[in-house]
Amino acid sequence: MAKLIINLDGQLLSEFELDKERITIGRKPHNDIPIDNLAISGEHAAITTFHNGAFIEDLGSTNGTLVNQQPITKHALHHGDEIEIGKYRLKYVNIQELGSKIEAHENDAHDFERTMILRPSHVPTTLSGDNPTSDMMAHTIPLILPEAAQRAETAARPNATAAEAREPHAVVQILSGANAGKELELTKTLTSLGKPGIQVAVITRRPHGYFLTHVQGDHYPAVNGQELDAHPRQLADHDMIELAGVKMEFYLK
Amino acid sequence: MDLRQALEIVSLTDPGRVRSHNEDNISTDNEAGFAILADGMGGYNAGEVASGIAVTMLADGLKTALRVGPPEQDPGLLVKNEVEKTNSAIHQTAQSQPQFSGMGTTLVCALFYDNRIIVAHVGDSRLYRYRQKETGPAQFEQITRDHSLLQEQIDSGMISREDARLSSNKNLVTRALGVDPTVDVEVQEHEALPGDIYLLCSDGLNDMVGDEEIHLTLSVLGANLELAAQQLVQMANDNGGRDNVSVILVRVLRHFPAKRGIFDWLSAWFKK
Repeated sequence: MAKLIINLDGQLLSEFELDKERITIGRKPHNDIPIDNLAISGEHAAITTFHNGAFIEDLGSTNGTLVNQQPITKHALHHGDEIEIGKYRLKYVNIQELGSKIEAHENDAHDFERTMILRPSHVPTTLSGDNPTSDMMAHTIPLILPEAAQRAETAARPNATAAEAREPHAVVQILSGANAGKELELTKTLTSLGKPGIQVAVITRRPHGYFLTHVQGDHYPAVNGQELDAHPRQLADHDMIELAGVKMEFYLK
Repeated sequence: MDLRQALEIVSLTDPGRVRSHNEDNISTDNEAGFAILADGMGGYNAGEVASGIAVTMLADGLKTALRVGPPEQDPGLLVKNEVEKTNSAIHQTAQSQPQFSGMGTTLVCALFYDNRIIVAHVGDSRLYRYRQKETGPAQFEQITRDHSLLQEQIDSGMISREDARLSSNKNLVTRALGVDPTVDVEVQEHEALPGDIYLLCSDGLNDMVGDEEIHLTLSVLGANLELAAQQLVQMANDNGGRDNVSVILVRVLRHFPAKRGIFDWLSAWFKK
């Protein structure tokens, strides 16, 4: 069963089992997780659990809800996600989800090893000063930036693909029009929808979820009947998208 | 020259997710028809100073030269001379003020003139071209070659392109503005075609985001440059945002032949 680990200023406060289909978090005492703090709204957020997944939604709180430092209205939770409400941090822990991913981790072990080879200490120490001496600049100038070491680590980022493999798999299924029934796998960082020149929107895959953004055309797409503006909108499982007269459903597999 | 009808330019610069200040500087002008991007380096805020001087001086120099009409000298030579002047200015500032000692900056500059793009660069800031073909898939190419230790290692066969992705030397540039009294500027000229999209970027983008992803972004979001620029910066930040990230996107909307002098025009007319 999944649970929340609740922290305040780095101090562990308590753990909470997600043993009900829906639990609420808020300042008022009737909430499942009552947090008596003025930064928190009476009914602040709710977590709904289904099968082996869960999502969190903000219940129109005054100060908002963050997941992994991004403001959300609705967000599918994954093992390790950190929810922020006021100064409280709630870590979502789902052992089952973790277990099913260990295999994926092991497949990527090779990449992790490669990462280890490139430690910052491999940067030649003679060059690592912030202010290289003018002698060193003489001919071919190996100018070094202070963040050299950090970038060296970044260079070894092929394990980004490991992170991607752990992402749940998202799909858009077309529900109406000529292509009804077709499924679009959202495997790329960007997937465009619509008709070029008329109305185009794009779904971007980011580390913390999928976002729908208007690209082109006089009309904006709608999600669950609500028209978008120029800003990206995060998609939640089973959101209904309407674009150029075609209905489609977004869901996680 | 007024290229406002011929060029659409958008730009975005962001400190990234790790660094507190932005040492990149950019300048664009779709009337004179240029885009400049510089990524400064050096202790404290000297990097910002170096890239700031580079961008401001070069922009002023190009504006002055192009304001009165066609430049008096070959535009490639014009850009080269202006960049060299900028180099001296940064070098002198670095020499005269101890707090700026050792500062330098990369530079990439694109000047659009007479249906051509003139590209000048020093260091590892890049220019890419996305070009749609009438038949076949669009091409996405890196036009500039980094002046970096890594690129030299690749060229000399010491290291493969695949290993280069993992190299710890990514950040070592072999040329920079302001470090020496003189600088070796690389200048290229290419034909610019309507529909082309040019991307100027600092290494904060291409260290974080692979070429395939940049290509994908331009092909999917090319219709909306504003959004494409935001997406590129966002991807760099989502992947860690270790460095400042700057992007300039330039779309060529139509041909832009230089206006001829009255004599050229008449002689062309008589030849008909």
